[in-house]
Amino acid sequence: MPLLEQVTQSILAVNGLQTQDIDRVMAALLSVPVDAADIYFQSSHFESWSMEGGIIKEGSHSIEHGAGVRVVSGDKTGFAYSDRIELPILLEAANNVKAIVRQGQQAQRQIEVAKSWPQLYQPLNPLKSLDDQAKIDLLKRVDSETRKLDSRIEEVMVSLIAAYDSVLIANQDGSLVADVRPLVRMNVTVIMVENGRREQGSMGGGGRSDYSFFLENDRAFEYGREAVRLAQVNLQAEEAPAGNMTVVLGPGWPGILLHEAIGHGLEGDFNRKGTSAFSGRVGERVASDLCTVVDDGTLVGRRGSLNIDDEGTPTENTVLIEKGILKGYMQDKLNARLMGVKPTGNGRRESYAHLPMPRMTNTYMLPGSSDPDEIIRSVKKGLYARNFGGGQVDITSGKFVFSTSEAYLIEDGKITRPVKGATLIGNGPDVLTKVSMVGNDMALDSGVGTCGKDGQSVPVGVGQPTLKIDGLTVGGTSV
Amino acid sequence: MQNQEEINRLKDVVQQLLDEAKQQGASGAEAAFSVDNGLSVSARLGEVETVEYHCDQGIGVTVYFGQKKGSASTNDISTDSLKETVKAACSIARYASDDAYSGLPDAELLATEFPDLDLNHPWDINAEQAISIAIECENIARGYDKAISNSEGASVNTHQGTRVFGNSLGFLQGYQSSRHSLSCSVLAGSGDAMQRDYWYSVARNAAGLESARQVGEKTAQRTLARLNARSLSTRQCPVLFASEMASGLIGALIGAISGGSLYRKSSFLLDTLDTQILPDFVRIHEQPFLRGALGSASYDSEGVATRARDIVSDGILRSYILSTYSARKLGMQTTGNAGGVHNLTVEPGSNDFAGMLKLLDTGLLVTELMGQGVNRVTGDYSRGASGFWVENGVVQYPVQEITIAGNLKSMLRNIVAIGNDVDLRGNIRVGSILLEQMAIAGE
Repeated sequence: MPLLEQVTQSILAVNGLQTQDIDRVMAALLSVPVDAADIYFQSSHFESWSMEGGIIKEGSHSIEHGAGVRVVSGDKTGFAYSDRIELPILLEAANNVKAIVRQGQQAQRQIEVAKSWPQLYQPLNPLKSLDDQAKIDLLKRVDSETRKLDSRIEEVMVSLIAAYDSVLIANQDGSLVADVRPLVRMNVTVIMVENGRREQGSMGGGGRSDYSFFLENDRAFEYGREAVRLAQVNLQAEEAPAGNMTVVLGPGWPGILLHEAIGHGLEGDFNRKGTSAFSGRVGERVASDLCTVVDDGTLVGRRGSLNIDDEGTPTENTVLIEKGILKGYMQDKLNARLMGVKPTGNGRRESYAHLPMPRMTNTYMLPGSSDPDEIIRSVKKGLYARNFGGGQVDITSGKFVFSTSEAYLIEDGKITRPVKGATLIGNGPDVLTKVSMVGNDMALDSGVGTCGKDGQSVPVGVGQPTLKIDGLTVGGTSV
Repeated sequence: MQNQEEINRLKDVVQQLLDEAKQQGASGAEAAFSVDNGLSVSARLGEVETVEYHCDQGIGVTVYFGQKKGSASTNDISTDSLKETVKAACSIARYASDDAYSGLPDAELLATEFPDLDLNHPWDINAEQAISIAIECENIARGYDKAISNSEGASVNTHQGTRVFGNSLGFLQGYQSSRHSLSCSVLAGSGDAMQRDYWYSVARNAAGLESARQVGEKTAQRTLARLNARSLSTRQCPVLFASEMASGLIGALIGAISGGSLYRKSSFLLDTLDTQILPDFVRIHEQPFLRGALGSASYDSEGVATRARDIVSDGILRSYILSTYSARKLGMQTTGNAGGVHNLTVEPGSNDFAGMLKLLDTGLLVTELMGQGVNRVTGDYSRGASGFWVENGVVQYPVQEITIAGNLKSMLRNIVAIGNDVDLRGNIRVGSILLEQMAIAGE
C-alpha cells in the first residue's frame, strides 16, 4: 500500500475521519485571510527496555496520537492541538486559532509542491522487528559480554529504545503528505572501580532503522567495548588544564562543536529577528577557508534525517558555510517567507502538540586534506578532545560551550596523558576562523544526538573530520 | 478551590485501569492520570506573535506480576485503548526479570491525610487580556533605555491541571493545581557586542506574579548590565553563585544523595550518611506542606506520605532522598521522594545580596551557567559561566566566555556563606551561595 494511503488509514480512518473532513477543517481555517495554514496529524508508538544489575529491570510502552492546527498571518501564529482526532474538536481548534488573524494576505502565491522525494528509510515498525524475547536476549548478551571485558567493572546498564512515528500533514494549498519514521537507539553505560576511584564510560548509537541495526557489524557489542574503554581511560585521567590553548578535536561526535557554535546561530528564526550573532552576515567570512559546513537531512538512515520535514517540505543538503563564507540559513516556511527565501526543509517540531520552527538535521563539516596524525604532530602543547557530552549556546552573544568526556594532553606533537572532563568555551562567530588544519577523516556520529530548543527535543546528527583550532578556552582545574 | 467532579471523573478512569490490571492477572498495579489545559501567548515588538491553546492528557499504568514489573502509557482514554495499555504493560512484565526489590510501597506508608495546600488558582484570563499583559511587559523592557536594541518578546502562560493517582492497595487520590508565568527577553547593543538576558516570574496564583512593569524593568536592567562584557585571565578566586544559579548547585547535591544514584553507585556522595558533607552552619530541609508553593504535595508519585524533615543539619547528611524501590535496594525505608523533592529549602543566612557581595569582597559573581559539565560519579565540575567581576564588594564589569571548575565534594564543604536573598521560583529554595575558591579559565 502506498505510504500516503497507509498513513491516512492508520491515523484518519481509525478515528472515523476521511480526507474530506480535512478539507472542512482547512476551509474553516481559510475563512479568514491567512498566509499559511496546516494540520499535522501524528500517531506514535514507543518502547524502552532497560537492563541493570544483570536483570531486565524495566520496560515501558506508549501509544500517543493527536493533531495540531496552525494558522499564520504575517509573523503571527495561532495554534491549538488535541489528543482527540475528531471532527468537532478539530473545527473548534480551527475557530480558536484563526482569531489571531486581524489582517493578512490571502495565500495567493503559488507554492511549488514537491510531488516526490527519495525514501531515506523504510516505513518499518521497529517495535515489531524483533519479538520481545529476542530484545531481552540481545540486552542480556550485551550485558554479559560487556561484563567480561574488565574485572574492575562494577555495574553495566544497557538500554534499548524504539519509536515508530507516523505523520500526515495537510497544507493550505490542498497538499496532503505523509511520512513514517522509525527510530532506534541503544546505549551501554559502565561503572568501573579501581582503588576506591569510580568512573563511568558510556557509548550508544542508532538511526532510522529497526532493531536489526544493532546486530549488523557487531554494533551492540561494540558499544559495550567502547563504554569500557572510555571508563578505563577515565580511571587514568588527571586534572584537566585551565586556560586558552590549541585544541584538536577528533572526528565524528565532536562535530557537536558545529551544532552549538554555528548551527543554532544559523537557524532562520533568530536571523529574521536579528537576535543571532550571525544575523545579516550572509556573504561574510565566518570561518577559515578550510571550512565547508552543511546541514543535510537527506542522508540514508541517519538519526537526524527526514524524508520530509514537519511542514511537508522535502529535506535538503543545505550549504551553510562554503570555504569559510556564510552562505545561508536553515529555514522553515514562516521564516523563509518573511525573509524572502525558500524553505530548506528544516521546519521541525517535537510532536503535534508543538509549533514547528527551524531546526538542524545532520550538521557536519566536509573533509579536508590533512592526515590526522600530522595534525597532532603539529601541536607543541594542547588538548586532544576525542569525545564529548552535551553543549549549549547563547545565540545572541555567540558564546558556546561543550564538555569533553575523553580528552588527552598533547605534548611535543604526541598524545600523552588522559585528562578529566572539562568544558570548552568559545565564541561562535570566530571559533571557525581559528581552524588551521582539517583532517581527511570525516566521520558522522554514531546516532545519539538530541537537540533542545524552546523546550522541544528532536533527534539530530553531527559530524566532522579531525580539526585543529588555534586557541579555545579549556575549563580544567589545573590553573 | 478544587473541582471534585473533575477529580472524580479522572478517579473513575484510574479505577477502571486498576480493575483491568487485576482482570488481566496482575498481582498489583498503580496508575496515574493527568489532564492539563493552558494558554500561552507571546508578543514581540509590540504585537502579538503566537497564541497557543494547550490541551494535554496522559495516563500511565505499572503492573506487577509478583516481582516482575511492566509499564505502559497512552493519551487515548477510550475503553479499548485502556485495555490495550494494560495488556502492553502486562506483556512487558512477563519478560522482565524477578526483582526482589520491586513492588508497591508498604501500605502503612501511604498518605492518609490530605490537607488543602492551596495549589489551585485558575487564572480567568482570555487571549486578548494575556496578549495585552505581554505587550505591556515587553514595552516596558524596550522603553527602559535607548540601548535596548531588539527583543525576543514577552510571554504569558497559564496552566491548570488535574492529577489522580491510585494503586491496588486502595489508594485513590487526586488534586487540581495551577501554574502561571510571565517572562520577557530583550537584547542590547549590536553586532559583536550584542547581549541578551531575560527575567520571569512564576506562581500558583496569578496575584502572586510580579507585575508586567517589574518583569519588564528587571529584564532590561539585567540585559544592560551585560553590555561590554570581557573575559578574565585564568586564575583561582572566590565565586558567588547568584540565588538563581545556586539552586543548580543544590540540585547537584540532591542528585548525588538520591536513591537512584546511590544504589547504582554513581554518586560522588556514596556512603556519606551521618557524615559532614557541608559546613556546620548549613541546614537543608523539605517543606511539603507550604500553602500555595510550587513544590507542595501531601504524597509522592507512589502515594507515600511526604514529611517535613531535615535532610542536612549542622552540615551532616541526615537522610538520603529515596523512593520505595531505591530504599529497598539500600536496605532503608522510602522518604516519600518518588518523583523528587518538595520545596527543598536551604536555611537562609543573615546577609542579603549586598551583604553577600561584601563578603565576596574580590572575586566572581556568577549569574549564568552554560552546559552540563557536572560529573555525578566523581563530582568533577566544569561549566561555562558569565557574570560580574567584583572588587571590594562592588561590581566592576560584566564577564563572559570563561569557565569555572572544581570538584563538588570540596565545593560543598567550602561554602563560606548562604544569603537570605532566596529565589522562590522553583522547587529548590536557596539564596546566593559564596564558595571559597574555584578555578577560572579564560583568555
